[in-house]
Amino acid sequence: MHPIVTKELTKKFGAFIATNAITFEVKEGEIFGFLGANGAGKTTAMRMLCGLLRPSSGEAKVAGFDVYTQADKVKQNIGYMSQRFSLYEDLKVKENIRFYGGIYGLSNNVIKEKTKQLLQKLQMEAEAEQLVSALPLGWKQKLAFSVAILHDPSIVFLDEPTGGVDPVTRRQFWDLIYEAAGRGVTVFVTTHYMDEAEYCDRISIMVDGRIQALDTPRQLKAQFQADSMDDVFLKLARGK
Amino acid sequence: MRQFFVFARKEFYHIFRDKRTLLILFGMPVVQIVLFGFAITNEIKNAEIAVLDQSRDYYSNRLVQQLQAGSYFKIDQELQSHQAIEAAFKEGRIKMVVVIPPKFGESFFHLHKAQVQLLADAGDPNTATTLINYARAIIGNYQQQLNGPQAMPLTINTTVRMQYNPALKSVFLFVPGVMTLILLLVSAMMTSITIAREKELGTMEILLVSPLPPAMIVTGKVVPYIALAFINALVILGMGVWLFGMPIKGNIVLLLLECALFVLTSLGLGILISTVTDKQQTAMMASMMGLLMPTVLLSGFIFPVESMPLPLQLLSNVMPAKWFIIILKDIMLKGSGLRDIWPQSLVLCGMTLLFVTISIRKFKIRLS
Repeated sequence: MHPIVTKELTKKFGAFIATNAITFEVKEGEIFGFLGANGAGKTTAMRMLCGLLRPSSGEAKVAGFDVYTQADKVKQNIGYMSQRFSLYEDLKVKENIRFYGGIYGLSNNVIKEKTKQLLQKLQMEAEAEQLVSALPLGWKQKLAFSVAILHDPSIVFLDEPTGGVDPVTRRQFWDLIYEAAGRGVTVFVTTHYMDEAEYCDRISIMVDGRIQALDTPRQLKAQFQADSMDDVFLKLARGK
Repeated sequence: MRQFFVFARKEFYHIFRDKRTLLILFGMPVVQIVLFGFAITNEIKNAEIAVLDQSRDYYSNRLVQQLQAGSYFKIDQELQSHQAIEAAFKEGRIKMVVVIPPKFGESFFHLHKAQVQLLADAGDPNTATTLINYARAIIGNYQQQLNGPQAMPLTINTTVRMQYNPALKSVFLFVPGVMTLILLLVSAMMTSITIAREKELGTMEILLVSPLPPAMIVTGKVVPYIALAFINALVILGMGVWLFGMPIKGNIVLLLLECALFVLTSLGLGILISTVTDKQQTAMMASMMGLLMPTVLLSGFIFPVESMPLPLQLLSNVMPAKWFIIILKDIMLKGSGLRDIWPQSLVLCGMTLLFVTISIRKFKIRLS
């Protein structure tokens, strides 16, 4: 069974159709890239899958649960990190971890253990008692991602997670994503960095609320006779 | 329940790390109550006056003593002649001159009427009127002491309010209003800002994606503020009592319970505001302006509700502050019990319930 399955999923805001009957599925442990220009409907689609927005019509199942009727179950099984910070700037690193662990119902012992592991992995032991506001942007994003998967969700949604950081830091961030995917976590990521698109197992490209292309980066490049994902994207956007 | 404590603890971190907000929370009420309490009062204390006593007999002496006895007047100069009056006023310090003509005692007992002339500096007409009224009241008292149904040309002005405020202390009328206003503003502002802040920073999204039910998010955010607002209520109450000499004639436990109730109403109002705003700035403006003006104008704080036109009288019923001012005055000044103020308390309970229900409703809509 696929962790994310949608069928004709549609969201209308009045007369405006933000997401127009999109149908796709995401396989387990896959890194699924969700691309599109600003306003193409990426964030709307993602919000419906996370239970933040109610779809206007169509079907969607996340982690095997229906987004209409089992939103609570969906929420228990997903992690979420948004382009804006998911962390509280006026809380210390440790306090942030404890807070998120707490609201997902982890016990104190588990939180303690996980905090240790996480700080070790990110090499941030020295910063544990620092306020998040004092950290560099790239660190914050790595921390935010680690916190988003603290409760071991089967799927993690990342909404433009690497906005505003340099390529080196972005690469480091992707190492974290690969590692999570290697453990079987399904990753659903929106981005408009085309180099990041190349890192994904499969990509869908949205134009004006519809999915115009969906395949592996290599297949897409072949299909559109392009050298890079950048070209694929431009051809699609122009072709409309 | 554990989730709730985790949430509340986070909220306390926010509160105590944000020194500026903390200052607003606790500094603002203190400053405002002092400003409002002292500035918007038309009571006069230790006004400097001069006396020209031309009779200098036993009775005129006693009158002068009586004028001096209260805390209203301070006799700054004893004038010797009419010519000195003009000079005394011109110095600017003297606000009123009391002139007692010759043979005061004699004419009082033999002619059945004595005269006292009060000259006030009407450059400030309000102060002048107040001073004259005070002086008249004191002289009237004195006249009664001297046992005179005999006609002195001065009588005591009586108003209904005298009953609970014998000295016509305006502080008693203002302080409950000021207390109410500050408590309402601080409480509503705190919650509306804190929720708007999560939205503005984007962390609200994360909370909504988490398995926390919306009601838990709202209560988790608000409960710490209930504690803070209640402490604020105690500070404000304490200032009313010790700084302005408000009595607490009624049951103090009841008074505290009513304060807690009003804190809840105000917090509910704050949540309601936060559900319709996404920015801290907007939330702050909405709670300041949207609550301040109508509350000041319509709650009976400054303008008596009874003298408003009917539509405004009806409108004033929607102001939570109106009901709480009545409760405060009744408990503190009249010593009323729950038997007298249950209708007002019930109104506040209803309003609180309404605000919270609507808020949680609206909150849910945003979610799904």
